[in-house]
Amino acid sequence: MSQDTLLDKVWDLHKVSRLPGGSDQIFIGLHLIHEVTSPQAFGALKDKNLKVKFPDRTVATVDHIVPTDNQSRPFKDNLAEQMIETLEKNCLEHKIRFFNIGSGNQGIVHVVAPELGLTQPGMTIACGDSHTSTHGAFGSIAFGIGTSQVRDVLATQTIAMNKLKVRQIWCDNKLSKGVYAKDLVLHIINELGVKAGVGFAYEFAGPAIDELSMEERMTICNMSIEGGARCGYINPDEKTFSYIKDKLCAPKDEHWENALKWWKSLKSDENSIYDDLIKIDASKIEPTVTWGITPGQSIGINQQIPLLDELSPNDKLVAEEAFEYMNFKQGQSIKDIPVEVCFIGSCTNGRISDLRIAAKVLKDKKVSKNVKAFVVPGSERVANEAKREGLDQIFKDSGFQWREPGCSMCLAMNSDKLIGNQVSASSSNRNFKGRQGSPNGRTLLMSPAMVAAAAINGKVSDVREFIN
Amino acid sequence: MKSEFNPPIGQIIQINGQCISLIGNDIDTDRIIPARFLKCVNFDSLGESVFADDRKNLNGKHPFDLEENKNASILVVNSNFGCGSSREHAPQALLRWGIKAIIGESFADIFYSNCIAIGIPCFTLAKELIHKIQKNKNDKYLFLEIDLKKSLAKSKDLNFHLDIKESSRKMFLSGEWDATSTLLENGNLIEKKLTQLPYIKFNTKLL
Ligand code: SF4
Repeated sequence: MSQDTLLDKVWDLHKVSRLPGGSDQIFIGLHLIHEVTSPQAFGALKDKNLKVKFPDRTVATVDHIVPTDNQSRPFKDNLAEQMIETLEKNCLEHKIRFFNIGSGNQGIVHVVAPELGLTQPGMTIACGDSHTSTHGAFGSIAFGIGTSQVRDVLATQTIAMNKLKVRQIWCDNKLSKGVYAKDLVLHIINELGVKAGVGFAYEFAGPAIDELSMEERMTICNMSIEGGARCGYINPDEKTFSYIKDKLCAPKDEHWENALKWWKSLKSDENSIYDDLIKIDASKIEPTVTWGITPGQSIGINQQIPLLDELSPNDKLVAEEAFEYMNFKQGQSIKDIPVEVCFIGSCTNGRISDLRIAAKVLKDKKVSKNVKAFVVPGSERVANEAKREGLDQIFKDSGFQWREPGCSMCLAMNSDKLIGNQVSASSSNRNFKGRQGSPNGRTLLMSPAMVAAAAINGKVSDVREFIN
Repeated sequence: MKSEFNPPIGQIIQINGQCISLIGNDIDTDRIIPARFLKCVNFDSLGESVFADDRKNLNGKHPFDLEENKNASILVVNSNFGCGSSREHAPQALLRWGIKAIIGESFADIFYSNCIAIGIPCFTLAKELIHKIQKNKNDKYLFLEIDLKKSLAKSKDLNFHLDIKESSRKMFLSGEWDATSTLLENGNLIEKKLTQLPYIKFNTKLL
């Protein structure tokens, strides 16, 4: 059992009681909600005649269903309109702060909370969304919950949960040029597998992690869940503190000093005990691309899609399914596979630094005429900053469509969907069958820079050929 | 799709039912219920959409469409079942289709806790036994009697132990799997905790 890790410390601090069954009752410091997983929870509160216990510990925004072309209300899609109306009504009724479209603060919930300074070290954060792990980049313990647990947090500000084990993933050396956080996390998931994280929190550490910016760290923690870990975190450091400073909801003045003092005491001890330890050499990682139907099925840009015989019996089963679905061949190289749709966005890679990197690749270049390319900023703040820097113009000049913020084709609940068996190069996090809106659509996950390179060439390309 | 839906309530001690096998590792919640069906403000109509795209692709041959499985209620799956999105719509859809318990090699964390929270016990079992159940040919309809008190499953000629987290097992036996009221009982402790958390004091701008 782990001892003296950040997880142990935050867990102990938030433990309200040991429940009769043996799990822990954990206080949730910050609760984030959105339109898709909350309506049934509010419905259940009503059925049970319960109130929201601490309305000011919950913050809402709308992201999954919002159209990213025309956002005027009522939405064209009746069901989407009904969902946003339900959220508006619930927030109003229960006095929950809601960042609606046009507020300047709306966006993907995991982009919004950090950029507002809501996400802070040492907190427990829960949201009815599996990518809540993102917030662990700040040294918080953050995890996704289901709708029944959303109900529990609303009603009690606590949930019942078994403590997680801790695996430290030590990342040595540095990422090389043209290789990004996305490549690192795809590589980790490939090495460990998509279910290795079940029952674990992942602590990402080591020189390669220290080197990363806060936004890159969010990309890493975001995809912990793709490795099976409900929670991923990074011990807070100076970068964490300076990212938070002066954000809208950050502590101010003497509160800032107090916060800083506490935050600095919050990290895994040097001699803390882990349930498991893994080492990764970051310098060996190439730009990485998925070829299959799970985020673990990835290879370096210069590698070939594996042969079935090279795989373990377990991996073989899913690989066979992947070959049938993707219609790629064993031993085929991933480079030069034609792509028809290019998508930059999502809570993994829809932040301002992602847009900057992609725009740099796209500057003075044109998107291939066979490709439909679009960029969906992660939030209104990201969009506004990008416009201020002229990035929107670079995207548009290259042939990308510039959209309004939301989740969009990461999960295709709005009208942005793949058609038929189109292949998409996507900066999002899931390449599951049907994920991007077509039951036969094919998704290749990669970094935003790699998506930009693929858009220009109309096929999977090595972005390092575009940057010097 | 069963015509009447009665959600589980109270103690869950015994589950008897016919098994339905679904073969494959890493079956994610997007497959269990594709995102377009999440456009709803209640879970009521999810049962018919469970595995919608997989079923369409298999054109009537999907286990959830086979006549012989019409009355099945114990789902038998392989490893990392329910990975991906946290959508509770996935177990809710299974529940509404008629699934009352799941036996698998392993489950994704969030899916597992969602199942517990809505009254679907998830058991783990060694791969070999799972394969044996999934390949059970001589007896088309494998009926199991699952006893949560003893964590045992019985059928005509198979008897085996099922693993389940002790905390979950206790919650089902006591009926406390529907956690809200248990959590509410500690109202005082929750209030006290709020005052002990350092960040509550310095986050004056949170709202
Ligand atoms: S961007 Fe994608 S993964 Fe992130 S919250 Fe939205 S739908 Fe989920």
